[in-house]
This record gives sequence, C-alpha cells and structure tokens, in this order.
Amino acid sequence: MSREARPGTGEERDAPPATGEERPIYAEVPDTPLSYERPSAGMHPPLDYPPYRSSALRHPRLPLIYLPHGITEITGPQLGPARVVGEFDSDLTRQHGGEPIGERIIVSGRVYDTDGKPLAGTLVEIWQANAAGRYRHSWDRWPAPLDPNFSGAGRCVTDSEGRYRFITIKPGPYPWGNHYNAWRPAHIHFSLLGRAFAQRLVTQMYFPGDPFQPFDPIFNSVADEAARQRMVASFRMHDTVPNWAQAYEFDLYLRGPGATPFEERH
Amino acid sequence: MIFTPTPSQTVGPFLSIGLPWAGGPLAAAPDTPGAIRISGMIRDGAGAPVPDHVLETWQADADGRFADLLGFGGASTLAGFRGFARCCAEDGDGSYEIVTVKPGPVAGVRPGSMQAPHIDVSVMARGMLDRCVTRIYFADEEQANASDPLLATVPRERWATLLAHAAPGGYVFDIHLQGPSETVFFAI
Repeated sequence: MSREARPGTGEERDAPPATGEERPIYAEVPDTPLSYERPSAGMHPPLDYPPYRSSALRHPRLPLIYLPHGITEITGPQLGPARVVGEFDSDLTRQHGGEPIGERIIVSGRVYDTDGKPLAGTLVEIWQANAAGRYRHSWDRWPAPLDPNFSGAGRCVTDSEGRYRFITIKPGPYPWGNHYNAWRPAHIHFSLLGRAFAQRLVTQMYFPGDPFQPFDPIFNSVADEAARQRMVASFRMHDTVPNWAQAYEFDLYLRGPGATPFEERH
Repeated sequence: MIFTPTPSQTVGPFLSIGLPWAGGPLAAAPDTPGAIRISGMIRDGAGAPVPDHVLETWQADADGRFADLLGFGGASTLAGFRGFARCCAEDGDGSYEIVTVKPGPVAGVRPGSMQAPHIDVSVMARGMLDRCVTRIYFADEEQANASDPLLATVPRERWATLLAHAAPGGYVFDIHLQGPSETVFFAI
C-alpha cells in the first residue's frame, strides 16, 4: 500500500485551485514555509513492512488521505525550556555518581532542513542502550548487565547554527525476537520536534561499519540507499579528544519548504 | 530539496527511557478555565490495546491562536497554554489522556475559509516505522464540521473515526491503527 494519498482516488477532491497571488491570511512569519515538501518514494519506510513483524497489526490498510499543510501543520511547539532543565541533560556520562562503563563518545552534528538551512532552537532528545546493549527498562530481558551509572537518556536544544552535542557511551548491539538470531545493530534513538508539526521526526542513528546493519529489517526498511546512509553517523578523528573520547558526527535533515499551498501538486 | 531527508525509524520499544516527562500530557495547565481531558484507547488490527505508544497533539487555543512563539496569526495569550501534549505509555492498558482546552476554529488554506475546531495527532509505537497522523474533530461541532475543507475530502462513512464525543470532564477519542473501525490517517 502506498503511504501517500493516491491521485485519482478522490482524496484530492478539495485541492485548492491555483489562484496566483492570493495567500492565506496567516502568511506573516519571515523565512518560515507555508507548506513543507512531501516525501518521495523510498525516503521513509513503509508503514506495512512484513520483515518487521510487529508492523503487521500496527499499520493502516486504507489509503492515507491527503492533508494540505495549513496553519496547524506549519506551526509547532518550541519546547526546549520545558524539556532541557538539567546541567547534565546532554552529558549522559555524568548523570550518576560514577563513570559508566564503555567507550566514551561525543555525538554532535547539525540539524538542517533539506534546503540546507540550519534549524535553530529545535529540541533533540536521545535514548539508548548501555555499552552491553541493555536498556534500563523492565521490558528488556537481554541478560546483559545494567550499568548503575548509566540511564541512557539525553536532551538538548540546537544553537543558532543548528548545532547539538551529546557526550555518551557507545551502545552495544543486542538480540531481539523478530526472527531467528535477530540482532539490532548498535543505535541511538533520536527525536526531533523541528519548527513545525509537519517536521516532526523520530529516527535512529547507526554507527559506521556495524556488521549487523545488512541483516536488520528496521534499518533496511528504508528502500533508498542514500536515505538509508543518512542514518549512519561518520567517525570524526578531528573531533576526538585525546586521551578522553572518540567522536561521531550525525547531521539530521528535516523536510524543507514545499510548494506554496496554491502550487501544490495533487 | 537539495539534501535527502533523514528517514523515520520506529520509536520503540523502550521509548519511555527518553520521551516522557511529568508535564508532557498537559497542553494546558489543569487549572485553566475550560480545561478538558481528552482520553481514549489505541488499538491494533486485532482490536488489542497498544500498550507501548507515544501520542502527541498540537492545536490552537479557544481563540484559534497557537502557542507558537515565532508567530503565525498572533501567538496564544492563554496563560499556561502550550498547545502541545505528549502522552507516553509503555506498560499500560493502551489508553492515553491529555489535558487541554477545546480549540476554536482556525483559518483554512484558502483565503477566507475556516477549519472546524481540530487537534492534530501523531501516533508512534513499536511496530510503526513512521508516525501516523490523524485529527481529532468534535462531534458537537456539527455545523463547523459540515463546512470543514479537510473533512470534505474524507468519505462520509469514515467521519465517525475522527470525532471525539463528550464525556464527563472532556471528550473520548479512540484510535484504531487497523481493522474494521480503522481511523482515518492523513498523508502529511
């Protein structure tokens, strides 16, 4: 099933006519889009993806209906102050009395839109397993040790150039029940609010050279090779700190401006 | 578009390590005059509750203004109104509950048009590789719903899946990810 509204099925019935210079009455924020681009095929995973078994009963079977981007979709919360409150919110290695076990890493990067414009002031939230691949969660039955000095959650807000930076521990891979001998590649979960409801993104950051990636249905649910590689961080020798931490760079690209509402293709 | 967008991946399991916070479900302060609770169940294609999910909402206040600090139509002046709620569950019974105020009508895309009161909703869960987006409309806004430009594109027999119904203290809105009562989801 296509995840986009399908043309010719009646979903575009209320498509606004092209009316030239007219603009919605709320068109009053400089440098802020009135609509966002629509994802093309293969850029995002399908909701129905049988190799990921849990998707079977958790995807809609009926076609999605086209939602023209209006004021509710082009606005959004600026949530930083409500969420980033602690001194060590972005340093996952200093949230407890002692040092967590594992490879200390710096994960930093910039948040852009797909036009390459940096997105300042957007909330970035991460969560992850510990060095042994164990989550601090009652549902995690993987008998690897918990680390009393590692919770695995962090938050920060991008600066004026769209930059964020976390200090953490490299998470381990871990087995899961999707199929015989299934292992998740090491990954860090990322949640970004973006500028607008339409830009909301939840994704996972993977590590370069991870041998489990070719076998992981979640990673491979993204059909487009270039898009898939967007989820793999780069090792950054220049950003390592001697005798202290390795470094990875992970830039994120949220959808950029689309056609104005009156030019949208339907 | 110059750059490829970063793809979506599933939020869970273990989403509750990173996403919840105490004030998350409060789109409006609970003591706001006119504060309501919107609650419901999220169910899968077998009708079973989805106990591991994130539900996020975004909406205008009763005057049709958003708590968007960067503008658009004049930011909301309602004290304690954030307009955004996040309700996370990971060992619950598939239910969610947010606290908010009932939104007012807002401008439509087409100049001069108005949209019926609505709340945008993102649903994310283990097993969902991308979010699903739906809208909460209100069953007691019959007149506004009848002229809403988006509802006009939804087959009439599926409107019921988008309507919240009044209940003590607020409204009830259930979500069916799949199945005979499948909720209308939107391509955003």
